[in-house]
Amino acid sequence: MSVQLAYQNGVLTARLFGEIDHHTAREMREAVDDAAQKLKPYRLRLDFSDVPFMDSSGIGLILGRVRLFGFWKGQVVLCGLSPSLYKMVELAGIDGLVAVERRAG
Amino acid sequence: MRPLNEAQFSFPSHSVNESFARAAVTAFLAHLDPTVADLTELKTAVSEAVTNAIVHGYRDAIGTVYISVKLYENGKAVVRIRDKGCGIPDVSQAMEPLYTTGGEDRAGLGFSVMQSFCDGLRVTSRVGVGTTVTLTKYFAPRA
Repeated sequence: MSVQLAYQNGVLTARLFGEIDHHTAREMREAVDDAAQKLKPYRLRLDFSDVPFMDSSGIGLILGRVRLFGFWKGQVVLCGLSPSLYKMVELAGIDGLVAVERRAG
Repeated sequence: MRPLNEAQFSFPSHSVNESFARAAVTAFLAHLDPTVADLTELKTAVSEAVTNAIVHGYRDAIGTVYISVKLYENGKAVVRIRDKGCGIPDVSQAMEPLYTTGGEDRAGLGFSVMQSFCDGLRVTSRVGVGTTVTLTKYFAPRA
């Protein structure tokens, strides 16, 4: 499974596993959205600690969740980003749309 | 100028092949002993170009994606990603950041990534004939 979900006190944490590209992002998106639409958490933590690589599909995955959570004024937080993943986030200029926790579990 | 070394491969445009394509290119260049950062940048750029070929070039059908990697003096690597798909009517518009025809979860960042992460990017396309993306990156020898 490419996503491990945990829900506690209104916070949904999605721990992502493996490389994120156009092919793998789909399954991750479906798993997260399924849970999110049922639970309507006020915060989504996307944990990239076990993602060794992502291309701009990862940015699409993040932006799509920001849009979804916007429907109920939820917030998206990124954590566990490696330097190369952080470079993608910076390049996309989405640092303002999401909160970034630097290297945490 | 003749390349010092080269490789070619092709595969059907199934999205499951995206990871194979970028891994094959980086494996070919591994003997240059590149920095992880440089190799990751090229890997990301290749992933973007291959995804474009699959999602846009061959949006209506499965076709063949052709990749060649050529290595020249001074650590110059040239990767060409070619499809015989639908082509891009307006290349400069397609290259604008955030422009996308790919639906809501596509960020429209593919060409921006290729541009930022490579030293050279060339796109040629003809409607109904296909698109060729040429990425150039220099891998400086490590001190």
